[in-house]
Amino acid sequence: MQQTNSTASKMSGRHWRLMFSDQVFKWFCLFSAIVLCVVLFSIVFFMGKTGVLTFEFVKVTEYFFSLNWNPGFDETATYGAGIFFIGTILLTLLTLIISVPISVGIAVFLAEIAPTRLKETVRPILDLLVGIPSVIYGFLGLTILVPFVAKVFGTQLGDGLLAAALVLSLMVLPTIGRISDDSIEAVPQKYREAAYAMGCTKLQTIFFVVLPAARRGIVSAIILGMTRALGETMAVVMVIGNVPQLAESLVQPTSVLTSNIVMQIMAVPFESTWNYALFFMGFSLLVVALLLIVFVRIINNRSEVQ
Amino acid sequence: MNDYINLHDVNLFYGTNQALKDVKLQAAKHEITAFIGPSGCGKSTLLRCLNRMNDLIPNVKITGEISVAGESLYGANTDVESLRKNIGMVFQAPNPFMMSIYDNIAFGPRRFGVKSKAILDEIVEKSLRAAVLWDEVKDQLKKSGLSLSGGQQQRLCIARALSVEPDVLLMDEATASLDPISTMKIEELVQQLKKDYTIVMVTHNMQQAARVSDKTCFFLNGEVIESAPTKTLFNNPEDKRTEDYITGRFG
Ligand SMILES: Nc1ncnc2c1ncn2[C@@H]1O[C@H](COP(=O)(O)OP(=O)(O)O)[C@@H](O)[C@H]1O
Ligand SMILES: [Mg+2]
Repeated sequence: MQQTNSTASKMSGRHWRLMFSDQVFKWFCLFSAIVLCVVLFSIVFFMGKTGVLTFEFVKVTEYFFSLNWNPGFDETATYGAGIFFIGTILLTLLTLIISVPISVGIAVFLAEIAPTRLKETVRPILDLLVGIPSVIYGFLGLTILVPFVAKVFGTQLGDGLLAAALVLSLMVLPTIGRISDDSIEAVPQKYREAAYAMGCTKLQTIFFVVLPAARRGIVSAIILGMTRALGETMAVVMVIGNVPQLAESLVQPTSVLTSNIVMQIMAVPFESTWNYALFFMGFSLLVVALLLIVFVRIINNRSEVQ
Repeated sequence: MNDYINLHDVNLFYGTNQALKDVKLQAAKHEITAFIGPSGCGKSTLLRCLNRMNDLIPNVKITGEISVAGESLYGANTDVESLRKNIGMVFQAPNPFMMSIYDNIAFGPRRFGVKSKAILDEIVEKSLRAAVLWDEVKDQLKKSGLSLSGGQQQRLCIARALSVEPDVLLMDEATASLDPISTMKIEELVQQLKKDYTIVMVTHNMQQAARVSDKTCFFLNGEVIESAPTKTLFNNPEDKRTEDYITGRFG
C-alpha cells in the first residue's frame, strides 16, 4: 500500500516536471521569435530612418537617376547614386548569366548523371566551398584573375565588372549548384520512370520532366545565389577597382552599392548628407534582399497542385 | 502467334540476389496475360524485363532470351528507346506528370517529333477515348493531370502510354491503389484494349486475373510454377503449390 502511494507521487512529480519544462520551452521559443522580429524590424527601421534623411537635401530623382556622384561638404556636392544602382544591377545580372548555366549544369550532372562515387566526392567539396570566407575569394581574384583579365583584354588594369562577376560566380556557384542538386534529386523517381517507359532518352527525361518538376527549387536556388551576389562586399571591393564612375566596359574600374558603401563610410561624419546617402544605399540593398527572400518563401509554399 | 512474347531461360540477378530463375513463358498476341503470386516473387521484375526498365537499376544482370514479335529485346543492336516506345507501361501508383491533361498525352508524341497542333489534338482525343476518359475531361484539358481522381489519373496514364502507339501494354498492379469502382472501370477498359494491344498485367488480386485474363502465370520465388489458360489454371491447377495459392492457403 505504502509503496503504491510513493510510486503514484513519483509519477505525478515526473508529470509535473514534464509539463513545466514543456511550458518553459514554449515560452522560450515564443520569446526568441519575438526578439528576432524586433531585431529585424529595428534594423530595417534604423537603416530606413537614417537613409531617408538624404532626401531632405537631395531630390529623389537625382539620387536614383543622376550619375554624378561628387559627395562633399560644400555647395557643389552632388549625390547621384545611379552609377551604383546600375553597377549593382549589371554586376548581379552578369554574375547570374555566368553562374546559372554552369551551376545548374553541375546540379544536373551530380543528380542525374554522375556515378555514385563521384557524387559522394563532389558534393562535400561544394558544401565546403560555400563556407569559404569571401575575402579568400577576393584574394584569389586579386592575385590571379585581375592580372589575367588585364592580359586577355590588353588593358592596364583588370579590375572591373568582369573580374567581379567572375569572382562572384565562383562564390555563388556552390550555393546554386547544391540547392538545385538537392531539388533535382528530390524529384520522385516515378516521373523519370514514366518518361523512360515511353521511350524518352535520358536527355529528354532530364529536360522535359526532371527540370520542370524541380523548377521551384532551382528558382529558389538562383534567387538565394542572387541575394548573395547582391550583398557581397569584400570580394567585390578587392577586384572591382572602386572608382565611382559608370563602367563603359566590363574591364573598367567602377563601383557598386556595397563596394562604395564600404570604401566611403569610414571617412564621413555621421550627421552628413553623404552619410545619409550611403545609408540609403544600404537600406535599398536590405529591402531588395528581404523581398527576394520573401519571394523564395512564397514559391516554396505554393502547393504542387495548382 | 502463341509465342508473340517469348521468354526462354531468363535469369535475373540484383547484384548477387537472384530474382528470376530459368523463366520460360509465352504470351499470345491480342491476349491478356496475367502474372500472379505472392509479393516479392519477381512479377514486377519480370514485367520490367519486357521493356528493359531494369536497365535503369545498377548492378542488374540478365541472362536468357526474351523476344517480342520475333525480335530479341536484349540483342546487340536493340534500340532501347524505340523498344520502350513500342512496349508501353502503366505503373502501380498513377504517375501523371505535373502538367495539364493535354500536355501529359501530347508529351510522348512531341518527344518523337510531332509538332502540328492539329495532329496533337487528334492524338490527345484518340488516346483519351481509348482510355475511356475523354468524356470526363474533354472540357478541362488545360487542368493539371494531378487534379483528377486516382482512377482518372490511372486512366490518364494509360492514355499517355497509348499516345505513342505501342503494340504491347505492360501493367504493374495498375489497380492496386484504386477503389473498387475505378478498378472495375479499368478492368473493362483492359478488355476493350486487347482488340488492339497485347497486354501483360501483374496483379495482386487473383479474382482480377480470373475475371480479366486469357492466360495466367503463377510465380513463386522467382520461378514460374505454372502457366496455363486462365480457366484451366484456376479450375484444374496441375501443381500443388498453385492450388494452395489460389485456394488461399498462403500468400
Ligand atoms: N531495385 C531492386 N534492387 C534489388 N532488389 C530488388 C529490386 N527490386 C526488387 N528486388 C528484389 O527482387 C525480388 C522480386 O521483387 P519484385 O519483382 O518487385 O516482386 P513482386 O512484384 O512479385 O512483388 C524481391 O526479393 C525484391 O526484394
Ligand atoms: Mg510488384
